[in-house]
Amino acid sequence: MEGLPILSLMMLVPLAGAVACLFSGASAARWIALGATLVTFVLGVMLWSNYQIGGPQWQFTERAALFAGFSWALGIDGIALMLIMLSVFLMPICILASWDSVTKRVGEYMAAFLFMEVLMIGTFAAQDLFLFYVFFEAGLIPMYLIIGVWGGDNRIYASYKFFLYTLFGSVLMLIAMFWMVAAAGTSDIPTLMQYGFPASAQTWLWLAFFASFAVKVPMWPLHTWLPDAHVQAPTAGSVILAGVLLKLGGYGFIRFSLPMFPEASAEWAWLVFALSMIAVVYTSLVALVQSDMKKLIAYSSVAHMAIVTVGLFAFNVQGLEGAMIVMLSHGLVSGALFLCVGVIYDRLHTREIARYGGLAINMPYYALFFLLFTMASIGLPGTSGFVGEFLALAGIYQTSSLVALVSTTGIILGAAYMLYLYRRVAFGGQVNEDAAAMSDISAREWAMMAPIAAAVLWMGVYPESFLAPMRADIAALDARLSAAAPVGDARLAPGAPREHAANAMEHHEGSETSSAKEGAH
Amino acid sequence: MDFAASFALVLPELVLTGAGLVLLLVAAWGGDKAGRPIAIAAAAALFAAGILLVPALHTGADGPATLAFGGLMKIDSFALFAKALIYLAAIAALMIAPAFFDSPSAGTERGMRAEYPVLILFSSVGMSIMASASDFMTLYLGLELTSLTSYVLAAILRRDTRSGEAGLKYFVLGALASGILLYGMSLLYGFTGGTAFTAVRAGLTGEMGTGALFGVIFVLSGLAFKISAVPFHMWTPDVYEGAPTPVTAFFSTAPKVAAVALTARVVFEVFGAQVAAWQQIVMFMALASIIFGALGAIGQENLKRLLAYSSINNIGFILLGLAVANADGASAMLVYLFIYVAMSIGSFAALLMLRGEDGTLYETFADIRGLSVTRPAIAWALLMFMFSLAGIPPLLGFYSKFVVFQATIEAGLVAFGAIAIAASVIGAFYYIKFVKVMFFDEPAGVITGKSGAAHWVLLGLTALIVSPLGYLLTPSLTDLADKAAASLFLAV
Repeated sequence: MEGLPILSLMMLVPLAGAVACLFSGASAARWIALGATLVTFVLGVMLWSNYQIGGPQWQFTERAALFAGFSWALGIDGIALMLIMLSVFLMPICILASWDSVTKRVGEYMAAFLFMEVLMIGTFAAQDLFLFYVFFEAGLIPMYLIIGVWGGDNRIYASYKFFLYTLFGSVLMLIAMFWMVAAAGTSDIPTLMQYGFPASAQTWLWLAFFASFAVKVPMWPLHTWLPDAHVQAPTAGSVILAGVLLKLGGYGFIRFSLPMFPEASAEWAWLVFALSMIAVVYTSLVALVQSDMKKLIAYSSVAHMAIVTVGLFAFNVQGLEGAMIVMLSHGLVSGALFLCVGVIYDRLHTREIARYGGLAINMPYYALFFLLFTMASIGLPGTSGFVGEFLALAGIYQTSSLVALVSTTGIILGAAYMLYLYRRVAFGGQVNEDAAAMSDISAREWAMMAPIAAAVLWMGVYPESFLAPMRADIAALDARLSAAAPVGDARLAPGAPREHAANAMEHHEGSETSSAKEGAH
Repeated sequence: MDFAASFALVLPELVLTGAGLVLLLVAAWGGDKAGRPIAIAAAAALFAAGILLVPALHTGADGPATLAFGGLMKIDSFALFAKALIYLAAIAALMIAPAFFDSPSAGTERGMRAEYPVLILFSSVGMSIMASASDFMTLYLGLELTSLTSYVLAAILRRDTRSGEAGLKYFVLGALASGILLYGMSLLYGFTGGTAFTAVRAGLTGEMGTGALFGVIFVLSGLAFKISAVPFHMWTPDVYEGAPTPVTAFFSTAPKVAAVALTARVVFEVFGAQVAAWQQIVMFMALASIIFGALGAIGQENLKRLLAYSSINNIGFILLGLAVANADGASAMLVYLFIYVAMSIGSFAALLMLRGEDGTLYETFADIRGLSVTRPAIAWALLMFMFSLAGIPPLLGFYSKFVVFQATIEAGLVAFGAIAIAASVIGAFYYIKFVKVMFFDEPAGVITGKSGAAHWVLLGLTALIVSPLGYLLTPSLTDLADKAAASLFLAV
């Protein structure tokens, strides 16, 4: 693998595919897009398998001085690796999801998605502050087109809102970046992560970055673009928005806000906590009363991302690890839930919950997958959702039990709105003739659902595979944050450990072997 | 300095003047039938003049060796950079013209008038003089040569009332601006005792009197008129809408470059010792141009009018570089100018390609509905130009904003930069409206006509520059702009 610029290659393949799609007909474009995303996924698997756990912090680094003012600098750590894997994993599924449902201007549609993939990989892999900004911001163009051209009825409003909201958030961050580069003399992200900005400046820099990431995450009250954009976007657009684009905000916090401005992060943690607590409770309640399936899942995304921000600002290892796993898990699960909505939307062309009912009778396999993803969204043990939410809440409990208390209600409320949704869609009698006549999922839909289901279970049963690459990076981040970490209210006092295990048996000298045998039973 | 050396320095201007005079005679006897060959010859002359700039531009030119005619003109790297840009823009204005004048919308029976290329040539000479003026006399000469040819160009469609109105408005308001400028110059002459930039600068050191301050303000106001910065922008939308489209394309590029170059030279070389006196004025003009340029554009239906507001908006960002008042800012401003010229030429070339079956030109939002279905190539190119003008990466328009804001922040003007960049989001609204109309709406189906090769070449070239590939140009572009900016400050 030495010398092969695999990150550049992972961006080149979809880029070439995008250009090819622009100039080809509908069916050719579909196959090109699927091929390009699959090749990229294979490259991603190679990336993961060649990533050395415990190796250098930044791997697969590439440097080229191509431009004036900033450089083409790529490289990944474990955190970026996981998010890149999430992107390249979801991409072929998105293409499959749009296989039949998108019929107009297919070439341009596929090109927009492939272009999006290039930018997402670039965002996670960029090692230069301005290169990051270029990739981060450029995603607006394809997403604007995807929502505006192929979206639902109210797509124009949604596309404007999405574009202007996110643009406004980002430009202030750019100003902060200029200031940082002028102060530190470099735009190299690893160097900046170790650079100590004066505490007075950190406050402003942190707020400028927060303006951008809080819109992207999104945090209450800046979340209003999200339900509009999600509902109006085509199914695959929603998957990418929920699956990867929301993660850009979380990634921004973990890559920029926390390590670069640790003091300011501690200073403003109360703000993040307050907004997150409101988001968890408020958006969960809003989700409860939605009659539109996509809108319901969109609001649930806001609630889940609030758990991410809470975990990130817990300033300890569990919180950070939990936040990362929630991000990965939410990327898979909410993407899968949008696919589930897409599957029945393609058949009945409505997202109205009341128009369905009793799908478990005529679509048993669909109901099975839907149930699995519903449970993963709630955070049932054994699914990915549980691992992430448990870690994140355990982390925040050490810092603030009040925040932990309020955030945990999100899980209860999450169970309420997801089970209520599931009951209305899949259980009960078949009240609608046309919904009762729908056929079960096709082979193509199996191919979309099964890999995500497998990944959700894998992450739920053996999260170590996903935590191991990130462990060293999160430990490094925790070490950087420890000086600034606020004092928690958990007052963890290590007690005197028991001499024996609680279930140890009384035993006498000489009979050790027999009691050990008994214990093994 | 002997005259031979001076003439060698102004060789490009001599080439253009000679070509202009000869072609004027050809036009007089050849009539409008000769229009197209004259345009080609004029473009060739501009190209030759541009080639003459290359060696000095490459090696860099500054110091006393660049002074010509006893200090009346100064042909340093800064002037060379501006001139190269002006000539390129003028060539583009010649390339897009013939097809426009042949269209029924132009209302001319005999196609392009033979005077059009000649006027462009003389205008270019005037702009060259503006860019290299180092005395208020040469400054005024160059400015008036440019202005007078511009008035005629705006009104060149004699049977079109809109064109005539544009010419008249431009003339009246332009004359007013020249008057203000002249008055400011006379005040400065009275208070400092010289017209040469060095002499005025020497007279402006130390505490500045009220009279001299008025001189500075009047000169700046006159120049603001020429670059159409708010609050002296009122003429721009009317003139841009009324003038024939190739002339509008010309107005929004070459004279803008010349006027900005001239303004930069005046504020740095003449008022360089009195930064406090003009910095706030320029900062106000920059912010006001960004905001009013963006707000004014929102309600517009006519695309030319919209691009007029867009040019006001862009002038705001260019002035941002000027307000920084150091070499970094000047360099950023020049980079911005280059990218702005490429985006403007591209947008206007695309506008001229919006033709019906019989060649009728369309220029409103209603006409370009659903353009991405009927003419995808033009629509995608326009999409790139609009996102680029809005400053969205990875298009090159982002880089132009990037350098300007970087210079602003590095100079410590953080709050100013933050307000300006927040205001730039307003501008994004109408740029994305362009994309919305072309891509999201149902096709109007009026734009079906074919376009000529010249338009396609220009569109392709500018689109290539604006595309992410254009970033590969940035190292050499920055190098040239740095040299140019350094020569401006070395003189001080």
